[in-house]
Amino acid sequence: MTITQNDSVDAATAALSVEELRMSYIVRGTPREVLRGVSFEIQPGEAYGLVGESGCGKSTTAYAALRYLPGNGQIDGGRVTADGGELTAMSASELRKFRARHVSMVYQDPVQALNPVLKIGRQVAESFEVLGQSKAEAHQSAIDALRRVHIAAPESVMERFPHQLSGGMLQRVVIAMALACDPRLLVLDEPTTGLDATVEAEVLDLVRELRSELNSGILLIAHNLGVIRTMCDRVGVMYAGRVVEEGTVEAVFDNPSHPYTKGLLNSIPRHGVRKTDRELFAIPGNLPQIGDPLPTCVYLDRCPIATDLCRQEQPPIVQHSDGHWSRCHHADRIDEVPEPEEVAEEHTVGSEEVIGVHGVSKTFRQRGHDVPALVSVDLGFAEGETLGLVGESGSGKSTLAKTMLGVHAADEGGAITLRGRAMKGKATERIDESIRAIQMVFQNPDSALNRSWTVRRILMRTVTKLTGLKGDEAEARAVEIAHSMRLSDRHLDMRPRQLSGGLKQRVAIARAFAGDPNVVVCDEPTSALDVSVQAAILNLLAQLQRDDRTSYMFISHDIGVVRYLADRIAVMYVGRIVELGTTDEIFEGPNHPYTEALLSAVPNIDGVAEQRIPLIGEIPSPADPPPGCVFHTRCHRVVEGLCDTQVPPEVVLSERHTIQCHLSPEQLSTPVEITATVAEI
Amino acid sequence: MSDNTTQPEFDDLTPTDNVLSAIEDVKAATRKQVRSEQIRMLLRSPGFIVGVIVVGFWVLAAVVPGLLTTWGPKEFVDSAPPRTAPPDGGWFGTDKIGRDVYSRVIYGARPILIVAPLATGIAIVVGTFLGLIMGYYRGYVDEIISRVIEAILSIPVILMAILVVFTFGQSRPVIIGTIAVLFVPAITRTIRSAAIAEAQLDYVTSAKMRGETGLFIVSREILPNVTGLIVVELTVRLGYAVFTYATLAFLGIVTTNVTDADWGIDVSQNYEAIVSDIWWPTIFPALAIASLVIGVNLIADSVDKVLKS
Repeated sequence: MTITQNDSVDAATAALSVEELRMSYIVRGTPREVLRGVSFEIQPGEAYGLVGESGCGKSTTAYAALRYLPGNGQIDGGRVTADGGELTAMSASELRKFRARHVSMVYQDPVQALNPVLKIGRQVAESFEVLGQSKAEAHQSAIDALRRVHIAAPESVMERFPHQLSGGMLQRVVIAMALACDPRLLVLDEPTTGLDATVEAEVLDLVRELRSELNSGILLIAHNLGVIRTMCDRVGVMYAGRVVEEGTVEAVFDNPSHPYTKGLLNSIPRHGVRKTDRELFAIPGNLPQIGDPLPTCVYLDRCPIATDLCRQEQPPIVQHSDGHWSRCHHADRIDEVPEPEEVAEEHTVGSEEVIGVHGVSKTFRQRGHDVPALVSVDLGFAEGETLGLVGESGSGKSTLAKTMLGVHAADEGGAITLRGRAMKGKATERIDESIRAIQMVFQNPDSALNRSWTVRRILMRTVTKLTGLKGDEAEARAVEIAHSMRLSDRHLDMRPRQLSGGLKQRVAIARAFAGDPNVVVCDEPTSALDVSVQAAILNLLAQLQRDDRTSYMFISHDIGVVRYLADRIAVMYVGRIVELGTTDEIFEGPNHPYTEALLSAVPNIDGVAEQRIPLIGEIPSPADPPPGCVFHTRCHRVVEGLCDTQVPPEVVLSERHTIQCHLSPEQLSTPVEITATVAEI
Repeated sequence: MSDNTTQPEFDDLTPTDNVLSAIEDVKAATRKQVRSEQIRMLLRSPGFIVGVIVVGFWVLAAVVPGLLTTWGPKEFVDSAPPRTAPPDGGWFGTDKIGRDVYSRVIYGARPILIVAPLATGIAIVVGTFLGLIMGYYRGYVDEIISRVIEAILSIPVILMAILVVFTFGQSRPVIIGTIAVLFVPAITRTIRSAAIAEAQLDYVTSAKMRGETGLFIVSREILPNVTGLIVVELTVRLGYAVFTYATLAFLGIVTTNVTDADWGIDVSQNYEAIVSDIWWPTIFPALAIASLVIGVNLIADSVDKVLKS
């Protein structure tokens, strides 16, 4: 069952070699199988990616391979060798020594990976002291290590505590610590998931650069296919505890040969596809639960091209090209996997403004200081229009959403209008009609749904509150909405914890649509979901918009998703809209330098590498915005003496495309020379 | 492949989020199933069973003491003179004026089992109410009540009780009220911090955005999500209430009648005799207090563990 037959030679030199690893968790006394025979190999100097939906066993594979398991995990079989040592046969103390000398791991959340009460220097030096260095040596090594990950002033960073550094900076520190032992194998478990796209790009650049210096194997676990595409040499696609397809990233992503890989790739918006072109492909059904018996093909239940053969026999490994294989009976029939449906209905955007945001500012008072979180924001929503709102975290996107919804009252002077009439600032003071007109879908459905209420109660209460319907009428309306979200009656009497992430988000969307709103604010509604579930939710949102002509404000850090769904895009920075234009105009350019940098930071799944424009340093605090143009401190096109003193004018590029910048469109279109950067505090 | 027959042990046992969420999926069950699973877990835990037996015994003693004894609490034993050690003077011997210690211990369960649960109940209701209001509204309400609570916490418990009792008299309602007031601050703080965490969740924002009143949000949206915590707090505080009442009884401030059967009073009436080797009139009521506190705490621990699992 191993991948190549002549790997006995390779296994001895491989940075990590996993053969037929099987593992289960013991839940209430019964072992439940999680890994059903995982095999792969990472050579020194190679980056290997593992992708798949959450729950398919990616992280478990990494942990199990290093025998770093929770108390209820047990390895049922298989062999793991790394750097010539056999991990599956080591004693506890050998294992400990091996992990200390040869393997390093970088986790998803750098904040949790560092001790909050110890200075950075202490923590980094410790990883050298473990290797036997004296205190003084370790201190020097720590400084060198921080310099190696491009931290500009290592001495001063050493004296700081974790909470004084940004997420990107902390992840650099964690990487510096991981490299201390000069590992033969570096495991990166979703290393950039919690970070902004711009910071993510920086961290990935760093890893890429370090890779060329090191001779270690890298195991990169990520659910973001773009990250894998840009970072890895080879990739393994996991499903239900088994690698179903493996090959070079180019082969797998451009020429998928397993129905699951194809489904995954079709579920993300690629090649600039828009909601008006076609739907996204949502893989039907759910991931099998751990412990489900899957004697033949693991993907059988969700596969569109499955036949009786798939039900009877385990699929063989089918070689496609050198090193590219998939585990499928019907790899030759892969083209029969249905393409996502074309959108036939017309998508029309009205011309009249339904909800308007006019000169809205929001100033928070914090310890006697004014913090302008929003500065004179102007936006309008036409009927059936989607406005995408992008920007780094801290740019004021959520504040704008909450101000529109009346969680905070806007400052005097600005107005939020419904069909031309101004609304009150706070939701509690607004008339029912205004409350009904704007609703919201939150990022995290776990937090957004009351966990002690049933779905029926959640929907009925909202219907009653927003439409005034009572009793049976309210219930009938609640059931009707649930059905239009493709929730079944069975789901109505469940509580949120009994529902999957996708179903929970459907309930949250149903709640937002309960009162037939004019504008629905979607605050990263799919960022907590897997790509195939995301596809279903995006399809649903697009469908609802076509049917009800609802407008959306769609906040997201995923540029690809915004491009798919949005008709217009607004780019926010430190509480100001710096660019506003139609989606086509934004992607064609010329752009505001900030937009330019944001767009260049997206890891491109289509493999077209563009030159990345780094954003140096942190987004400034709204409490102390830079003078002149707020972006001049990080701008790669900054004009000294102009940008840092004068507020930029509005450049009108077309009827609907405006940029806040001193430079002319011609100047903005010329490419700039990018020099290498170091991270400053 | 698994020719290494000895399954190596895992030394680092750190569950990851993925693992936990995977296990969570398997658990996805209806509320009823969760409940019955929790009850089954309780019935399987030895601590809970021992706790229920001990507390159950004392409840029985408080309700029908006559069923468990031959002598009344104030009757003098005919068959043995005062200060007779067990077993000659009955199971627990006789006290200095010739009453049966066993009977007094059984009868002594009643006052403590009236005062402790009532006081705890009142404290929970008040504490939950205050905690929810403070946690949801924050701001000035929170600041003011917090300062009051800190003031109460800064007064030594016993000193406070003595002050209250001497001001309002030694009646049972005053004692219940005093213990309740002493317990409100701790309960309020616990519920407040839980309410703060809940109030930051988006379902509360969502309720605000559809124009719900504060009262509705606190009582219908937040309260159901902190009930588990309230149950735990209730059982934990009950143990403390037993302890506090016994202490006050020992100090002689729960009643004017020192001949009443009451564990705390009995200990205080007899402890001086320990030096002359007459230990039984003191030790048995003291053990009764200890057993009730331990019994309640065993139940509290098991309930806590089950709700958190």
